[in-house]
Amino acid sequence: MDTFLDFVWAFVIGGAICTVGQLILSYTRLTSARILVLFVVLGVVLAGLGLYEPIVALAGAGATVPLTGFGYALANGAIEGAREDGIIGALMGGLRNTAAGVSAAILFGYLAAVIFKPHTK
Amino acid sequence: MKISTDKSKEYQAVVQERMPKSKVFSQLVRAFLVGGLICCVGEGVRQIAQTYLSMDEKGVSAFVSIVMIFLGSLLTGLGVYDKLGKFAGAGSVVPITGFANSIVAPAMEHKVEGYVLGVGAKLFSIAGPVLVYGTIASMIVGIIALIVE
Repeated sequence: MDTFLDFVWAFVIGGAICTVGQLILSYTRLTSARILVLFVVLGVVLAGLGLYEPIVALAGAGATVPLTGFGYALANGAIEGAREDGIIGALMGGLRNTAAGVSAAILFGYLAAVIFKPHTK
Repeated sequence: MKISTDKSKEYQAVVQERMPKSKVFSQLVRAFLVGGLICCVGEGVRQIAQTYLSMDEKGVSAFVSIVMIFLGSLLTGLGVYDKLGKFAGAGSVVPITGFANSIVAPAMEHKVEGYVLGVGAKLFSIAGPVLVYGTIASMIVGIIALIVE
């Protein structure tokens, strides 16, 4: 039952975050690239203020899978780095904490782009 | 006759007024449903990593990112993700699978320009700005944390 609730919250919160993105997309005509940038920075700011942690605790992947979650991981890494290694940690902690995702994006992105042929839209 | 054209004009006005609204509403619902479902896939991966692979918290979140990015890249390569995007709008853009899509799609498209300035450079045409602004924002947060503590 607990597991079931985890999925419900992931669905509701994840869906809600995407709906916010769609509201911005529908009403401002921002490009999706700008939405992505906006959401990452929003995640960093919310995490920096300590407001994103409770959402992650409630929704799990519903909060970490949207790109705001990437921002949350960046900010968490920077805060952790600042605590452990001072100024150097504050500057590189964000990337250190997200290195797995960034490396995976480069590797899988490259492989997919090389292997597959472009599709006519 | 005049009345009927007036009526039809009225009707057209009503249609004009309501059409975009209902379009926006249905687009919002689609974004919610697809975004929610993608997050549920992520939640499933998270549960598997936690329960069966007994990873710690950091390992779990790295694992979820890696798997979701893999899926996003693969589905983009197969041409499925862009079809999903037409239906789901932001529901497919905002999740990290959409980030993977933004990496693969332009790189694949510009392959003819070569492997350095085509694939290599275009991988970052959208991911680049995301990383630039995200990383700088995280540095600012880190420095503020340093000052506050």
